[in-house]
Amino acid sequence: MAVVTLNAVGKTYPNGFEAVKPSSFTIADGEFVVLVGPSGCGKSTLLRMVAGLEEITAGALQIGEREVNDVDPADRDIAMVFQNYALYPHMTVRKNIGYGLKNRGTSTDAIEAKVQEAAKMLNLTELLDRKPSQLSGGQRQRVAMGRAVVRDPSLFLFDEPLSNLDAKLRNQMRIEIKALQRRLGVTSIYVTHDQVEAMTMADRIIVLNGGEIEQIGTPAEIYHSPASTFVASFMGAPPMNLIEAWIEDGAVRVNDGTLLASSGNRTVGPVHLGIRPEDVQLAENGQIPFDISIVEELGARRLLHGELGGQPFTVHVGKDVPATAGQTTVHLKPESLCFFDPKTGKAT
Amino acid sequence: MKRAGFTTVWLPVALLLPQLSIIAIFFYWPAGWAVQSSFYLQDPFGFGSTFVGLDNYTDLGRNTEYLRIAWFTVIYTCLVTFFSLAIALLLAVKADKVIRGARTYRTLLMWVYAVAPPVAGFMGIMFFDQRTGPITDLFQTVGSDFKLGVNYTDTATAMVIAAVWKQIPVNFIFFLSGLQSIPKSVNEAAIIDNRSATGRFWQVTFPLLAPTTFFLLIINITYALFDTFGIIDTLLKGEPGNNPMTLVYKVFLDGFRGNDLGGSSAQSVILMVLVLILTVFQFRLIERRIHYT
Amino acid sequence: MTGISDTFTQSKKHVARRPIKWSVVGDHAVLVAGVLLMVLPVFMVFATSSHDRIEIARTGLQFGFSDQLGVNYGKAMFEKGGFTDTVDGSLMLMNSMILGFGFAIGKIIISMMAAYAIVYFRLRFATLAFWIIFTTLLLPLEVRILPSYEAIQSLGMANTYSGLIIPLIASATGTFFFRQFFRSVPEELVEAARIDGAGPVKFFIDILVPLSRTMIAAIFIIMFVFGWNQYLWPTMITTEESMFTLVRGIKQITQGVVDSNDIPEYGQALALSIIAIIPPVLIVLFFQNWFVKGLTESDK
Repeated sequence: MAVVTLNAVGKTYPNGFEAVKPSSFTIADGEFVVLVGPSGCGKSTLLRMVAGLEEITAGALQIGEREVNDVDPADRDIAMVFQNYALYPHMTVRKNIGYGLKNRGTSTDAIEAKVQEAAKMLNLTELLDRKPSQLSGGQRQRVAMGRAVVRDPSLFLFDEPLSNLDAKLRNQMRIEIKALQRRLGVTSIYVTHDQVEAMTMADRIIVLNGGEIEQIGTPAEIYHSPASTFVASFMGAPPMNLIEAWIEDGAVRVNDGTLLASSGNRTVGPVHLGIRPEDVQLAENGQIPFDISIVEELGARRLLHGELGGQPFTVHVGKDVPATAGQTTVHLKPESLCFFDPKTGKAT
Repeated sequence: MKRAGFTTVWLPVALLLPQLSIIAIFFYWPAGWAVQSSFYLQDPFGFGSTFVGLDNYTDLGRNTEYLRIAWFTVIYTCLVTFFSLAIALLLAVKADKVIRGARTYRTLLMWVYAVAPPVAGFMGIMFFDQRTGPITDLFQTVGSDFKLGVNYTDTATAMVIAAVWKQIPVNFIFFLSGLQSIPKSVNEAAIIDNRSATGRFWQVTFPLLAPTTFFLLIINITYALFDTFGIIDTLLKGEPGNNPMTLVYKVFLDGFRGNDLGGSSAQSVILMVLVLILTVFQFRLIERRIHYT
Repeated sequence: MTGISDTFTQSKKHVARRPIKWSVVGDHAVLVAGVLLMVLPVFMVFATSSHDRIEIARTGLQFGFSDQLGVNYGKAMFEKGGFTDTVDGSLMLMNSMILGFGFAIGKIIISMMAAYAIVYFRLRFATLAFWIIFTTLLLPLEVRILPSYEAIQSLGMANTYSGLIIPLIASATGTFFFRQFFRSVPEELVEAARIDGAGPVKFFIDILVPLSRTMIAAIFIIMFVFGWNQYLWPTMITTEESMFTLVRGIKQITQGVVDSNDIPEYGQALALSIIAIIPPVLIVLFFQNWFVKGLTESDK
């Protein structure tokens, strides 16, 4: 169990490319933090720097009380689960799980006891003598977890561990990993590009873009108060609606003059107005015209795609709300509106 | 290099040392020596040598015998490459097509790979024997009097046949594996688009085999140039005389029997340049193939 | 396998109605002709090796067997021959084994080590080392035969096993092959191993070598055959008959066949040829899947 502190940690490659700009944050003991962002945003590099697989070129990294910048990966007291599991193909499940302990000089009996314990926890007891090639994707995933658990690390690192699984299995493993982490109470850093995984698993989410931290916050904070248009459109499916609008005389209007909301005491000028599709209500005689072109039937709910003020717009309604293509009007919940500076993309 | 490579310094150096030192002693030193002595004229009694510049090379260019051998080498290489590739491709296409016995055919067709070239040469001597050779008999039935080791063309024919026979298995294995790696769906799409099997082969299968064919082309040229030494040496029974021979055999003859060190070295250097060109071709090919996948 | 038996039962069921497919018959005819082309010559040599020399001298190669098989092979293996009357087939067989195994094993060890250093270490001159090694592909032994011979002479390694084997070992083929294979091993494996506390030596022995087993087997077969069948280099470097390999010895024997004023020992020579063929052929046949894999993957 440990607190992890990054103090202006950054990575610049020898060719001058800055993969991760100096970033600082602290992860509390037992916390589950998810690093999320599109591919190439530096999230994996950041994780690999924590693991010690990538050299840190700026700043200081602390795991527990110890600064570990120059500590070998094996001595950082961490465990890592890889995207393709990285199981040793020629070793049985038992040997795979026990290999790290063996290298630490743990006695054979102690290794066997720990492997049994981990196997029981992960339902692998029957499979201990099989080789990775004889396992299904989900089982391999569990062996990778077992290899991490058995080390009793003070920090778990997950590098997109579920992206090689099919959708159904992914949902199931998501819950299993989270439950396991809760039970063991080990500090965890989890990297994913899947915003659903980020939302469902994290205690706290760190959104990365272009090697820079865009926002740090709880899933609810990230979802409801995105710090930038990037976060707003990256998190949530379908993403937040963003409308180019103009503030004048205490009102927010689109180009054709339609009044969207009152602007309070915000400064006059252009603005991007954000609203989640589920925070829009269809209204019989509302003020804002919405032209539905496609209705997407999802069973439990419906997505209505169309145009508002000449801009693409999506509304999310429950299954009981009748909707067909054509003209209608909507109402935007005032408390759910987000305002972004069009130049910087930051929330105002 | 792996992105998370180890950073130890002394270990990789120690790991590379055996190979690098053997290479230095048995590759670079001899090669440098060859280049150097190609510019010198060796005293026939071994009392020293004189620098003669490019004379050894220009002598070769004027030597009609050398030019004749070079010309023969070109023809020989083309014939061996063409026939061994063509026969192997035919067999591979058929072996890829049949359902029953495919594995047995593969086994029976590939094991000759392991037969040593001189053994193939010796078999050639038996088969082309002037009195009792079965192939000589075969030639006689069409009215041709086959004289191995006496008639230039006859000896050349025997060399080509033995070299082709020995090379078919390698080409067969590569063609078959190339054919088997063509996705089934592509073949099925072709069957729907084109009802002629011959048309399908030349328009779909053969172009998809192109990378394999190019690769084999290089392999076969190298084979014909260098690896057939054993076949030729045995077939010629150590008596080259006026018989056909390849450039490599000529290097060997001049260097060891003729004691013409400078001339032999110049020939070596010419061959090195030839291999250099082939290797550059091959390397560009490999790079292109990586692009494809 | 099920696919084949399915087709089989199916074709049996419909055999009455379906006409013979001439194209399939043609395919098999071509393949049988190909098999005969490859197998028949060696079979005839084998059959002829069971005849006595007078018979062979008179009628040449035979299709059928005779009663001299044991005699000819006995002579080939155990009758001392050569100028010095010291060399027999069994000695040459042993020399061939030493060359084949020594070459294959030495090559695998040296090239695996070099490839490991090039692929898995952050080494400043790794690329340079790779090119130094790769360039040797430009210099086949046949091209630099004379200077190599001089080098061996001046090192006093003529007529020694190490002089026979080591110069053959150094070429880049094996290193290139293992380099390609190592690069295809997933990156995460070495990372997982590092987190599991394995250093470079441990990773090599615990993970990479066991992982390369099939590749090692494949390259072993190819290299064994390559080493066994070496002709030019042994011809130059071994002048003492006690160092002759089978393939090297063939020339001596055939020379005898050609030059002899008496009726040559055809049977014995053919028997020796067969003995020289058998070990590499058996290895290729028994391990043909590995062999094919090794051969066809080396070019990727």
